[in-house]
Amino acid sequence: MKTATVSILVTFFLGVWTARMVVSARSEKFKTVVDGILTLPMVLPPTVAGFFLLMLFGVKRPLGQLFLDVFGIKIVFSWAATVIAAVVISFPLMYRAARGAFEQVDVTLIYAARTLGFSERRIFWQVIMPSAMPGVLGGAILAFARGLGEFGATAMLAGNIAGVTQTLPLAIYSHVAAGKMSKAYEYVAIIVVLSFLVVVLMNVLSRREKSGGQRRKKGRDAS
Amino acid sequence: MSLQAEIKKRFSGFTLEVSLHTEEGVLGILGASGSGKSMTLKCIAGIETPDEGRIVLNGRVLFDSEKRINLPPQKRRVGYLFQNYALFPNMTVEANIAAGLTGTKQEKKEAVSRMIKRFKLDGLEKRYPSQLSGGQQQRVALARILIYEPDVIMLDEPFSALDFYLKEQMQFQVLEVMRAYRGDALLVTHSRDEVYRFCEKSIILNRGRVAMEGGTREIFQNPVNVTAARLTGCKNISRVERVDANHIRALDWGLVLETAREVTEEIRFAGIRAHQFFPAKEGPNTFSGCWADTLRQPFEWDILLKPDGAPETAEGENLLWWKIDYTQLDRTGGRKPGDTLTLGVRPEDILLLRKG
Repeated sequence: MKTATVSILVTFFLGVWTARMVVSARSEKFKTVVDGILTLPMVLPPTVAGFFLLMLFGVKRPLGQLFLDVFGIKIVFSWAATVIAAVVISFPLMYRAARGAFEQVDVTLIYAARTLGFSERRIFWQVIMPSAMPGVLGGAILAFARGLGEFGATAMLAGNIAGVTQTLPLAIYSHVAAGKMSKAYEYVAIIVVLSFLVVVLMNVLSRREKSGGQRRKKGRDAS
Repeated sequence: MSLQAEIKKRFSGFTLEVSLHTEEGVLGILGASGSGKSMTLKCIAGIETPDEGRIVLNGRVLFDSEKRINLPPQKRRVGYLFQNYALFPNMTVEANIAAGLTGTKQEKKEAVSRMIKRFKLDGLEKRYPSQLSGGQQQRVALARILIYEPDVIMLDEPFSALDFYLKEQMQFQVLEVMRAYRGDALLVTHSRDEVYRFCEKSIILNRGRVAMEGGTREIFQNPVNVTAARLTGCKNISRVERVDANHIRALDWGLVLETAREVTEEIRFAGIRAHQFFPAKEGPNTFSGCWADTLRQPFEWDILLKPDGAPETAEGENLLWWKIDYTQLDRTGGRKPGDTLTLGVRPEDILLLRKG
């Protein structure tokens, strides 16, 4: 739970920021390559993604060594590793949703804002974000759900240490493996309820968007 | 008050090469879709960057490819009215109008309420753009531009999103606004009526190039080439051969016509406006033809006539359009489609056109 919450915060800002960068990038080639790399974790088997992470953050690997030397932190098999794994896996969902939403924004609105003297930052916050919000939120909810259910990469990078790196899906796996079915039922129930809430939330969001449109239409008829 | 722009921009299969200048007043840019009208405005506004050229507004250099000057749109002080108005959907009318303003809250508030009054938007301040009619949206968009007093206003097909009835009303309002505005304005349109109503001077664009420029009235009275003739509404255009200084042979119609103006070597086409035919029995430029078809408009008829000597073609290019007022239908002499009509056209009404 804690892992999923922290990782969605990281994913959200990272995904939105990257999407903004990629959308405003000029070179088409650059876009295609970056887009491919950023989407890769979504299509790779999670264990493969976890394998790469292990290669990167392992104690004897460059990034892992750096963290160990500079901050004295060992990343693999720590709680931070569960967050990193969840972020990497859920990031593509967030990024793709945000990118799609940004690209849907009417460019003439952006042009108009520029001729009106808006700074690029103001354009982002006052023009692009409000228009893209439903899409961005939808992506965030999906990314949260994906982070909550993350298993493969987490197991690879963080292991399955009870109380330290054991996330809900890992706990379920361990309890079932140990034959403690009642405990497993409990965790499964939590996951099912959370996932159901996510789906409901998604539907509410998309419906609000639609009914917002209808309400506006009514307003126009009355005027 | 002046705007000079020389713009060159290459696209695949299309090159925009336009030069224009204004000195107070509205300059019309007339062109078919895809002729580069909107792109020209976008280059002046700084939304698109030309490959080469120079844009100077009231002595300020906005763009100069040689000196590598390229001001961002934010610093160009242009007012751009987009075809779809581009109002911010998440902002109220008030907030939209105030969007381009800088200054204290109090100043903004006063300026906005002045604009609300001027554009008769009272009571709509808290509405969102989607709750407004098309005409109201356009007034908000105009108010949003005029409030910060830009050095030039550019109207990109301002009336194309409005239905017919509203269009006429809005044209009066916009005309009023433009008269009060002391700066340059550019009006981009494909509608000849709009340029004729709004612009003293015009340029005509064809495939990215200026086909003709000058006083609007002059362009309409005396278009010099095919593009200008078409865009000013000339329905009948034929390839011609020169016979002598005052006669041409119209190949598509199979007619020899007398012209008032001298036929020079570079004349390749001739045009006759659809309302300039009249029923005749004899005289110069009298010909007969078969009444082939009729298009009924609310207040006038378009009669399609196939001249007797016209060659056979598949596309109906050899048909002449004759426009007559509903009240003058008796001028057809009681004849019906399928019958033969004899018409004339005055030698001074024959437009002699160059290629292009």
